Amino acid sequence: MIELIAQNPILAALVALVGLSILFGALLGFAAEKFKVVGDPIVEQIDELLPQTQCGQCGFPGCRPYAESIAAGDVINKCPPGGQSTINAIANLLDVPAPELDAEHGVESEVKTVAYIREDECIGCTKCIQACPVDAILGAAKLMHTVITDECTGCDLCVEPCPVDCIDMLPVAETIADWKWSIPAKPGQMIASDRRGEVSPAVHNEGAA
Amino acid sequence: MSRTWVTPGGVHPPENKHQSVTLPIGQLPIPEKLVIPLSQHIGAPATPCVEMGQQVLKGQVIAQAVGMVSIPMHAPSSGTISAIEHRPIAHASGMLAPCIEITTDGADTWIEHQGISDYEHIAPRKLLEMVGNAGISGMGGAGFPSAVKLNPGRQRPIDTLIVNATECEPYITADDSAIRERAGEIIEGIKILSAILDHPTNIMIGIEDNKPEAIAALAPHVEGSGISVVVFPTKYPSGGEKQLIYILTGKELPAGKLPADEGMVCINIGTTYAIKRAVIDGEPLISRVTTVTGDAVGTPRNYDTLIGTPVRHLLEHNQFDEQAGGRVVMGGPMMGFTLPSADVPIVKTTNCILAPSYAEIPDDDPAQPCIRCGMCAEACPVSLLPQQLFWYAQAEEHDRLEAHNLFDCIECGACSYVCPSNIPLVQYYRAAKGDIRQAREEKVKSDHARDRFEFHKERIEQAEREKEVKRAARREATQQAKADHLAATANGSAVSSAAPSAPATPTGAVPSSSAADIIAAAQARAAAKQASPEDQRAKLERTIASAEQRLKMAEEKLAEAVDSDSGKQDKLSAAVENTRQKLEQSKSKLAELAE
Repeated sequence: MIELIAQNPILAALVALVGLSILFGALLGFAAEKFKVVGDPIVEQIDELLPQTQCGQCGFPGCRPYAESIAAGDVINKCPPGGQSTINAIANLLDVPAPELDAEHGVESEVKTVAYIREDECIGCTKCIQACPVDAILGAAKLMHTVITDECTGCDLCVEPCPVDCIDMLPVAETIADWKWSIPAKPGQMIASDRRGEVSPAVHNEGAA
Repeated sequence: MSRTWVTPGGVHPPENKHQSVTLPIGQLPIPEKLVIPLSQHIGAPATPCVEMGQQVLKGQVIAQAVGMVSIPMHAPSSGTISAIEHRPIAHASGMLAPCIEITTDGADTWIEHQGISDYEHIAPRKLLEMVGNAGISGMGGAGFPSAVKLNPGRQRPIDTLIVNATECEPYITADDSAIRERAGEIIEGIKILSAILDHPTNIMIGIEDNKPEAIAALAPHVEGSGISVVVFPTKYPSGGEKQLIYILTGKELPAGKLPADEGMVCINIGTTYAIKRAVIDGEPLISRVTTVTGDAVGTPRNYDTLIGTPVRHLLEHNQFDEQAGGRVVMGGPMMGFTLPSADVPIVKTTNCILAPSYAEIPDDDPAQPCIRCGMCAEACPVSLLPQQLFWYAQAEEHDRLEAHNLFDCIECGACSYVCPSNIPLVQYYRAAKGDIRQAREEKVKSDHARDRFEFHKERIEQAEREKEVKRAARREATQQAKADHLAATANGSAVSSAAPSAPATPTGAVPSSSAADIIAAAQARAAAKQASPEDQRAKLERTIASAEQRLKMAEEKLAEAVDSDSGKQDKLSAAVENTRQKLEQSKSKLAELAE
């Protein structure tokens, strides 16, 4: 056998190549099993960027389903809570142009809001508790409910089901701890007569926006 | 004299320090009302431990520290608690924060207090406790609780103690005048610090060469004590913690590291005085030296000011000319901020109240576009690229800002100072830092929300699964019951007809509800049907007989209806037809069976 191979260089090459391919095939097969990627990493990455309000304004039941849909080729501008910054981040990740927010799904709100239950009007129907995607409402049947504001994502899914309309979406008050400086008006937007606090309304609005 | 190193960048703004050091440290009359903010430091705000209307003595604890990184607050003078509410405080936002107001009684009666003189023989832990209980936080700027800073833990031994007497910002002379008048007590404080830190080998006082009187005042006290006074050339900002460490040791602190990580502690010289008072005299931190200066005040000088004194009180006793300058700045001209109102109180970090005239510090000219001259990059003491940061801050490109080390910016304002286009660069960086911090917080929150949502989903699914299991069990139970019933009847008839396959329904297996049993029952049912032809025939014959009878009756009724010509005719004829069909079906079945 060995003699035959030694005498036949073509056969030798063939044996060597077949041997190598079997070896590497086995190695690759092993690696594919051993280092298998569970789940779709791009879905994870998109899900990381979404704001996790779970509000369903995009038309999907939660942020993850929308992330999966984006990974499958859906448009990236359906998320009003995330707003333009989320769209930009996803566009950056997927290396696609960033579109404007699709107004069909809602508008980006300026201020963050949380749900607030007017407690003396609450009848204890538990409908809002069932609607809350993050279990941020506390209460029991026929007993008053209340919102744990720290856990509330402001998705307003609890407002619709309330039969007595006792849930308000209230803006979160800014405190001294989370106050931050604002970007100054761009150079050239302020003219000499605007000095000493007499900011012209136009510039002021620009600065606030 | 030991060697010093030179930091990159830096600027030389007009110093304007001479105005406020001509007079010694002054005393002000006790103000009618003192307002003590509960958060004058980095960390958790203190919680009030007094009630409205309660009498308090000077030095009494009025708010307690919460958690590790926090400090208590003490009454700066005796009097009555007249309010515990939100008040404007010294903050660039102009927002309100919880404060305690004391209406003073003028008696200034001290609470009973006692210090210790032989601190050398006291455990460092006990000394630290005294510093903590005295409510001492860094008095140079940031206000970090000193007891926390002085307790770096056993894994970080301290070999270098740096006392910061740089005071590099223009106008401010609080530390300068304190050293001139209180050098002995300051050195005593440094010795206490040394005892707390287990006697570091290197103890240095870093001071700029523009304070010759202070240097001279320190000289006799440091002699033979092992403390060295290191004098270096004046440049702004040499007083930043990282800058001073580099100037004195040549070591550059890595980004995000604390001096303690490198075996160093850096502490403001005003704080050492407060530590001396706390340990040796048993007095909490209730007053500090504050510079009142600027062309709009009558006599620029330093005052030993009670914490909580309204800025207005200081200005009123200093012939403040509101016409000359409308603004009051807390801090210096480089890093200070304009106060929203003069009613805010002096806090533990207030080293200067600057009331400049418009001629002295004119309002900023409107910002012009950036011309990329690069002067800011030359002035930056941290060797950042301010102009790049400016562009990225405008475009809100947060990852680029972080890549360009925005968070190493010490906000000294040297870049804005040299900018020929008057761009308020520092404000851009502060805004960008705030945005990035907020984004980080939101990220944490959204991750938390995701976890909660996933748990919620899991819980709903779990409940659904449990319901499904119950439903299936119920369905099975009814089927079982049906099968049981049928099997029982089939069994009964099968026994009479002696069918061979009838015992295929094992009555013993009825309680178990497996699919096999159901199938067996069904098979038994079918078998029973086939197995009793006689029974079936009898049944069919009965059916035929009754059907024939019914047909007869129906036909009679139909005839009647036709006679009376009533409207029921159609219905009745349909019924007759139905009955006839059924009869025929039964007859054909009987015929089949007969075969």
